[in-house]
Amino acid sequence: MAFAHTLAGTRYRFPDLKTLLARASPPRSGDALAGLIAASAAERVAAQMALADLPLRHVLSEAVVPYEADEVTRLIVDGHDGAAFAPVAHLTVGGFRDWLLSEAADAAALTALAPGLTPEMVAAVSKIMRLQDLIAVAAKTRVVTRFRNTIGLPGRLSTRLQPNHPVDDPRGIAASVLDGLMYGSGDAVIGINPATDSVEAMTTLLEMLEELRLRTGAPIQSCVLAHVTTALRAMERGAPVDLVFQSIAGTEAANRAFGVSLALLDEAWEAGRALNRGTVGDNLMYFETGQGSELSSGAHEGVDQQTVEARCYAVARRYRPLLVNTVVGFIGPEYLYDGKQITRAGLEDHFCAKLLGLPMGCDVCYTNHAEADQDDMDALLTLLGVAGCTFIMGVPGADDIMLNYQSTSFHDALYVRQVLGRRPAPEFEAWQQAAGITDSAGRLRFDLAASCLLPALPLPEEQP
Amino acid sequence: MTESKPVPLPSPAQPDRWAHLRRHTDARIALGHAGSGLPTAAHLAFQAAHAQARDAVHTPLDAAALLAAFAERGWPAAAVTSAAPDRAAYLKRPDLGRQLSEESQRRLSEPVRAPDVVLVVGDGLSGTAVQANAVAVLEALIPKLQAAGLRVGPVVVAEQARVALGDPVGALLQAQASIVLIGERPGLSAADSLGLYLTWEPRPGRVDSERNCISNVRTGGLAPAAAAAQAAALLAAMFAQRRSGILLDSATPATPPELPSGAVP
Repeated sequence: MAFAHTLAGTRYRFPDLKTLLARASPPRSGDALAGLIAASAAERVAAQMALADLPLRHVLSEAVVPYEADEVTRLIVDGHDGAAFAPVAHLTVGGFRDWLLSEAADAAALTALAPGLTPEMVAAVSKIMRLQDLIAVAAKTRVVTRFRNTIGLPGRLSTRLQPNHPVDDPRGIAASVLDGLMYGSGDAVIGINPATDSVEAMTTLLEMLEELRLRTGAPIQSCVLAHVTTALRAMERGAPVDLVFQSIAGTEAANRAFGVSLALLDEAWEAGRALNRGTVGDNLMYFETGQGSELSSGAHEGVDQQTVEARCYAVARRYRPLLVNTVVGFIGPEYLYDGKQITRAGLEDHFCAKLLGLPMGCDVCYTNHAEADQDDMDALLTLLGVAGCTFIMGVPGADDIMLNYQSTSFHDALYVRQVLGRRPAPEFEAWQQAAGITDSAGRLRFDLAASCLLPALPLPEEQP
Repeated sequence: MTESKPVPLPSPAQPDRWAHLRRHTDARIALGHAGSGLPTAAHLAFQAAHAQARDAVHTPLDAAALLAAFAERGWPAAAVTSAAPDRAAYLKRPDLGRQLSEESQRRLSEPVRAPDVVLVVGDGLSGTAVQANAVAVLEALIPKLQAAGLRVGPVVVAEQARVALGDPVGALLQAQASIVLIGERPGLSAADSLGLYLTWEPRPGRVDSERNCISNVRTGGLAPAAAAAQAAALLAAMFAQRRSGILLDSATPATPPELPSGAVP
């Protein structure tokens, strides 16, 4: 269906929904690279006005990627819950924005609505929202998940401890794990990106973290972020796999480029659940996404990068994951050019995923060829904290020496917890005290000798 | 007036007592803390590393200096530019960095005797890396190639270049193989790392899996002479098997092509 809008005497035409969404999208380099960006600021606003007038239900009838050709579209369409959608079915996209900002849209209403929303609906409304709208609405959502602890409760902010090492050296990784735990990081997951994607490397690292967990009694979950096929083989061989990880995309073709399909993810989810390793819940999938990944594999199907990113969340929610995060600034300046574009994208991704019912975190990050620096990261981190972001990364000194990019540090997490009054997951918080990491008031002690960590890691006992 | 001696106060920044674990990793552990923030020294050390990386990305390649160095050594050379007019366009439009500018296309279209190997020196994401390492690699590499009986074409200095710019260069010169020496994306620990990308029958449309890569050539990384030896061995395998990339059967270790997205210049 074609759309049109007249602004200041100029008539702007948009041949179909995916073009309308692309032209309405706030500017970013990836949409320019794909040739999808609005030709002028005025065209963008005209598209946003046309989008605001669009009945929300129209999004259900016009797929941005053909149903017959794409299993992600089929998942979205076939999985739509019409009854859950009913409370907002009469609204336009603009009316939906107003409703989301209203008091009627409280945590309970948003939770009930989530199965009735599609990625394209939430992407559409995000395009006519300012940052404060994205923050205000996301802050009202409530998504709680559980494996060995409880993530997403009000007043909490969790962290993934990311102790990567360029050659997967267990001692090097153990040193970073210890540093992170002493700084209060790791309640979301201790998650290692392996330099080598192999069953052997994965098993070695998982066994080290399993030993740490068993010897300290920590209510933590571990993950080695290898390809899902590697995790499947590791599980077959009896490795202690807690969370099953995979990078996912918003089209079938882009998922194929990642070497995955819904059938393969189904198999991995099933295998993970069969291990029955969770103690307080069975949310065990961990997904990463990020704007631009579909375009980088030439599989964006003509859809703008923010809308196709939101389609990842339809894939993710099928598996009731423990954790999902966008790796917002990792992919490079050809997709998100500078701090301004990275900031908006991080808040868009968080908003869209939360509205769709996901436990959304963010890797607040950048590469050295992006126009961004630590100040930009501080700004996005603070905004995401206010928005109720589920978790962030904890990387020693914000410098990932394996993936060669900058993320958030253990210190950054302490900062945002302190200024916003956020705490780690309750089970983890109780363990920190019992393990001698925090004092009776919950303050970090920074006293290695008083903690139970050193004997539980493959590190020498020597003193400085 | 009495002279008061300042009383030394303890620093408000607290060190961590596990600094001895630093020998197990280059990660920034045991930084200490000031409140929940970084101590000043650790904060500024990070800023310094980032500044070096940023400068490496944005410092223009000194093509004239490179050409002079090549002339001094008696190597024929040519200078080209990609279709990216400036650094901002280069960073936003990787496709432009993979094409030659019209003028450079014309220059390379002049008839020459087709070389076996064309060497391309491109700025990539770190002009600093090229300036620091390219001549040393070539000094070790060119004699090896000549000793193997290969005709080496002009050394092509390319500004605003991506790896795949070697494809149109190789096609226009009708080279059998190309070696692109290019600045890798700077990390905080190294801003001067050079990569070598080898391609059999370089022609537009080649994909990354059809190349072999030697990375991390820098002081403190792979030495230029070692990189040259690896490149010469890979090239010998390519000429024997008439292919490159993941299909090349070679004993020489090369970085696998499945690098994280965005890491290939």
